[in-house]
Amino acid sequence: MWLVKQMQFESLAEFIQMGGHGAFVFSVYIISAVVLIVNVILPLRQKRRFFADQAERQKRVMREQS
Amino acid sequence: MWKWIHKFGSPRSFYEISENYLPWLSGVALSTIVLGSVWGLLFVPGDYQQGDTVRIMYMHVPASILAQSSYLMMATAAAIFLIWRIKLADVAVQAMAPIGASITLLALITGSIWGKPMWGTWWVWDARLTSTLVLFFLFVGIMALRSAMENRESAGRATAILAVIGVINLPIIKFSVDWWNTLHQPASFTLSEKPAMPVEMWLPLLVMVIGFYLFFFTVLIMRMQAEILRREYRSDWVLQRVKQNVVG
Repeated sequence: MWLVKQMQFESLAEFIQMGGHGAFVFSVYIISAVVLIVNVILPLRQKRRFFADQAERQKRVMREQS
Repeated sequence: MWKWIHKFGSPRSFYEISENYLPWLSGVALSTIVLGSVWGLLFVPGDYQQGDTVRIMYMHVPASILAQSSYLMMATAAAIFLIWRIKLADVAVQAMAPIGASITLLALITGSIWGKPMWGTWWVWDARLTSTLVLFFLFVGIMALRSAMENRESAGRATAILAVIGVINLPIIKFSVDWWNTLHQPASFTLSEKPAMPVEMWLPLLVMVIGFYLFFFTVLIMRMQAEILRREYRSDWVLQRVKQNVVG
């Protein structure tokens, strides 16, 4: 890892400060994480709901038949 | 070749084939993005002009690149649907629109947050920013048009036509920084030339761009699978899966 010579920050406080721009840098990373996570959750929920609804529907059909 | 297209182009085989690859794809996408983020946040040296705000680049640039190319991919799928009537292409158009919209919005928001400390303003009505806003409205318009129409066939055709027409906006975004005076800097990353920054800055950026693309394909497959189930809920193979899902 010749490239990763060292971490750029001496302390956690310095990292959070980001040279005085911490609010800008971290809000970008947090908002990005939220957008990406929502993109994953939505189709997962859609799929789960589909299977739940269809299982319900199949049960109903079977009940009506018997 | 046509036989192959026919086979892979059927929603069912797409579902079954993609199911095998999805865990791998999502795993690689997640690790690439985590690697790129940690690299960008902790290890990249601060820019001599921008200081630590340059770390915003590792989200903003991949989001912006993906915003534009996801539109191009959506328009390509739309053209395929219009020409060859492949249903899977319509599913892809439908799945790509909301992902593209959210990524374009992310590009706009992260750009705005970067603009404040660097330009002193959250927003300017210049060519690059305005044409990207138009891109966002195109994605949203395509989603709205589909949900406004009852008939799936005609909704698919109408959104596909709109998507293809909207391609005009892409060269406008691309060349906006050259054609007009703008605050936005020109591309620092091109396929043909050497990057305008040192390797320890562009390598993590490249990692992030790749991570964003992998992420895009992961959520695209997830959305397409959900949509295929919804469209084919009456077919035997879906009913079979519902049964398995109840038991398992």
